[in-house]
Amino acid sequence: MLNRIRAHPNATGLAALAVALALVPLGIQNNYILTILIFIAEFTMLTIGLSLLMGYAGQISLGQATFLGLGAYTTAILSTHLNIPPWLALVSGIGLAAGLAYLIGMLIFRLRGHYLAMATLGMNIIFFLVLTQEVEWTGGPSGFHWGVPDLSLGPLVLSTDVHYYYLFWFFALLVIALSLNIVNSRVGRAMRALHTSEVAAETIGINTNAYKRKVFALSAAYGALAGGLHATYLGFISPSSFGIGISIELVVMAVAGGLASVWGAIFGAAIIILIDQYVGNLIEIVIPQASGEYEIIAFGLILMLIMIFMPEGLFTGMVNRWRKWKDSRASVGGEI
Amino acid sequence: MTLQDQLVQFLVSGITVGSIYALIALGFVVIHNVTGIVNFAQGEFAVYGAFMAITVSQKVNLLSGNVRFNLAWPLPLAALLGVAAAVVVGLLLYRLGIQPARKASALSMIIITIGAAFVLRGVALLIWSTDPYRLPAFTQGPPLKILGAVLTRQSVWVIGVTVVLLAALYLFFNYTLIGKALRACAANPGAARLMGINATRMALIAFGLSAATSAIAGIVITPATFMTYDRGLILSLKGFVAATMGGVSSLPGAVIGGLLLGIVEAFAAGLLSSGYKDAVAFVVLFIVLAMRAGGLLKGRAAAAEQAGL
Repeated sequence: MLNRIRAHPNATGLAALAVALALVPLGIQNNYILTILIFIAEFTMLTIGLSLLMGYAGQISLGQATFLGLGAYTTAILSTHLNIPPWLALVSGIGLAAGLAYLIGMLIFRLRGHYLAMATLGMNIIFFLVLTQEVEWTGGPSGFHWGVPDLSLGPLVLSTDVHYYYLFWFFALLVIALSLNIVNSRVGRAMRALHTSEVAAETIGINTNAYKRKVFALSAAYGALAGGLHATYLGFISPSSFGIGISIELVVMAVAGGLASVWGAIFGAAIIILIDQYVGNLIEIVIPQASGEYEIIAFGLILMLIMIFMPEGLFTGMVNRWRKWKDSRASVGGEI
Repeated sequence: MTLQDQLVQFLVSGITVGSIYALIALGFVVIHNVTGIVNFAQGEFAVYGAFMAITVSQKVNLLSGNVRFNLAWPLPLAALLGVAAAVVVGLLLYRLGIQPARKASALSMIIITIGAAFVLRGVALLIWSTDPYRLPAFTQGPPLKILGAVLTRQSVWVIGVTVVLLAALYLFFNYTLIGKALRACAANPGAARLMGINATRMALIAFGLSAATSAIAGIVITPATFMTYDRGLILSLKGFVAATMGGVSSLPGAVIGGLLLGIVEAFAAGLLSSGYKDAVAFVVLFIVLAMRAGGLLKGRAAAAEQAGL
């Protein structure tokens, strides 16, 4: 009974979001706005993966862009150098990322806190070096210039922004639905238990390391899916999109959204991308010389301020405060 | 050059670079011991120290060329100012970033220091822009020859400074009251507080001290390699790996870890591939952590890790 009540708002929310998103391209034909919405979908998938890992399982990753890049480059390399159909290439990328994450997880999830943070950062740096060094396969620092082929659905070759908009959001909604299901299942409760106290979780029979590895593999699969779509959408990829800067940006998104919230992840991805796009331009109007410098400072400050004043995250924090405010109004009303 | 000469050369350059990693690692250890925090912004202290020293000692364009400095201070004075500037940055970092969140979880603390690293990096980019800067060599003259290998005079400075600093830190921690109080804080913060040691002040001292050693590292390498605004991250990472190799809480361990890392890196770059030089540190980190987490859980650092750090 309780389960049904809890599942209900999620299903309604998901349906409402799907309908709203489906209507957007009917009203908006502007390619710039569609591109931004596509990036929000891409980063939503990534941020949800990171939220599951950080918020629910309590494990930090500073290397999540590795899996985005792994998905993108696997899709690109398989579909060009080896002539494998793009969809198959994309699925291979997801499989490879998930498998690799599971294997790496066997090694790194014996670690905690700082060690884990550094190990995942190291993973990203090694991956980045491979991208820049293996020029024959990746095109090196200047990027993958062989042209990643478009995906197609039967006879329809996906080539316009509107096509990709629907494709990205279809998968993003799939990721959201799947993640909501996981979070509200036995697995989700086990994950929350191991975040609260690993020792307690172990004593009630939860294999904590196995859960961490699985969540890590799942978040890697989400990342590789986003990466594969990214590669086919843009047709060109370069290592700079998969460096630790992007990994940190993902942490900013997950933190801004509130770590233990699937809905928050969408909010976090959206708000950081909008800040990225618009505040940068705005600052340039106010201070003409400034360009990318302020962005780094802004991200750093956002991270610090949220962690100091709202450790539960911007989205979750606001929701909680709103609930408290509503409760206090209700109790005042009751007294009268 | 014969193979033997080459090997000696790798060893010499490994020790030089390793000394820098050792100095950054010392900074990590000092902060970690006293506060339990691993400061991801450690490398930024080196950048700020070097940049300040450069700014007051030579002609420099600041703020995208809007401000020009041409002070030509003598090097020792410039170095001193660089260290002082880094110390100020360290103290501000503690006061504004760490102290307000001292009750936060380890995860939050990691994110805060990463955020701080980004802010510091952005500010450095804003002030000094993307230009690479260099200091003149501390002493002029032809390089020295040791067993067929070339040792630049600056390398001698780097190694010498590391040795002197290590000795000074050793004396400070073992023979001064403040040093002993810092160690007490590290060993048992609760008991230290009961004995009247002000934990906040100790944390401030740790941040200042740690910033100073890293700044010195930044200043002594700048004549050998260019300093750019984004060097901080990679320096932090190498320093952390070195500190981890040494067990995270031991000063001599940090130095040995730093030297080992430098030597392994130099040999890997020379014998295998220079392109993957920066990956070596992390391969080493993975190996060390795999070994430690598997079998070396007896150590003090491992106990701290178990406690949830």
